[in-house]
Amino acid sequence: MRDALHEIVEEFADTPKELRLPLLLDFANALPPLPDRLEDDRDAMEPVEECQAPLFLAVDVTTDEVRLFFDAPPEAPTSRGFASVLHQGLDGGTPEEVLATPNDFYMSMGLDELVTPLRMRGMAGMLARVKRRVAEEMASGG
Amino acid sequence: MPLEFDQDPKIQAYAHPERLVTTEWLAAHLDDPGLVVAESDEDVLLYDTGHIPGAVKIDWHADLNDPLTRDYVDADAFAALMSAKGITPETTIVFYGDQNNWWAAYALWVTSLFGHADVRLLDGGRKKWMDEGRPMTTDVPSPASADYPVTARDDSVIRAYREQVLAHIGNGKLVDVRSPGEYSGELLHMADYPQEGALRGGHIPTAANVPWRRAADEDDGTFLPVDALRAIYQDEVGLQSGDDVIAYCRIGERSSHTWFVLTHLLGFDNVRNYDGSWVEWGNAVRVPIEK
Repeated sequence: MRDALHEIVEEFADTPKELRLPLLLDFANALPPLPDRLEDDRDAMEPVEECQAPLFLAVDVTTDEVRLFFDAPPEAPTSRGFASVLHQGLDGGTPEEVLATPNDFYMSMGLDELVTPLRMRGMAGMLARVKRRVAEEMASGG
Repeated sequence: MPLEFDQDPKIQAYAHPERLVTTEWLAAHLDDPGLVVAESDEDVLLYDTGHIPGAVKIDWHADLNDPLTRDYVDADAFAALMSAKGITPETTIVFYGDQNNWWAAYALWVTSLFGHADVRLLDGGRKKWMDEGRPMTTDVPSPASADYPVTARDDSVIRAYREQVLAHIGNGKLVDVRSPGEYSGELLHMADYPQEGALRGGHIPTAANVPWRRAADEDDGTFLPVDALRAIYQDEVGLQSGDDVIAYCRIGERSSHTWFVLTHLLGFDNVRNYDGSWVEWGNAVRVPIEK
């Protein structure tokens, strides 16, 4: 797992249970706004159906770097928090690093007692879509 | 003594006007002793981004569901939850939340299983309060712990189990409050939600499809006036106030909203919520399904 993501997982796991949701909210608040080119072109973004609230993502892939962009409304802070975890953990990583992310990486964050399984799968859905995009770009010569 | 009821004419026209308050009423009574405002949302973080001043958070997943068995918390856990929120049996609880009070109605229904007397919904919920520019805060209150007695949960009056639903087919009214796509079996969950949770799609035979959201105004999320509700549930669907009715959805949350409408707004006195709902029925072996 990429170091930046691994550190986030450890940070959650080491945080007392009652402080994990506030920590996720900190992540939600830290999700950067979309760049103008995506703000003006929502059709270029992919909806993540596994999330219970509207969430869109875009992935830019070059041979040595993956850039991630997420958008979710303020009334969906949990989706924003999950997106922000992936953003801080994987944005700027190499395609190989992103593809090597375990699909169940979030299971050790200790959020399962606080967040329903259905919602946790939103995280899995986001990661799966990111990895699929990266794999497609790599296969097409990136 | 319960707090005075909302005298708003629209609310007074419902069968049980004591179960609903307007945002105006709540704003005027926010500091009244004997009132606890509780936010229950679909999104577990939403309360923490800002809530009505003084409101406590009651989470449907972490607070109201048993962590092990698929069931609601037991009497001890419920009493501990109420005590921690500063609630006594005499407290007026006003629930509100996101998504047209979807989860707030669920929390109100679960609270009703324990017989809490004075439970009300905020008409229009969180969105209407915010759209009106009313105050929100991120300050989390620290209510003085109350002493809520351990009260047995009574599942016999407003809750239905699978066996009872099976026996109900052909003998009582069933209302499927899911979306038309779920009812027809085309979808296993609402559109845009993960399509999982049930092995079979369709609906329970004889169930009428009345999506729960029809009971709320599309713009501000308030409940439709009583005449409009009667037009849907009584004139269009043919339910009558004396009918034995069971409502269901996917896990019993959306049908709590319809239970509230039929029981408290239209005055039906024999409505149960089948919380096992499609996640149980669509996975159960050898129960009848229609598409």
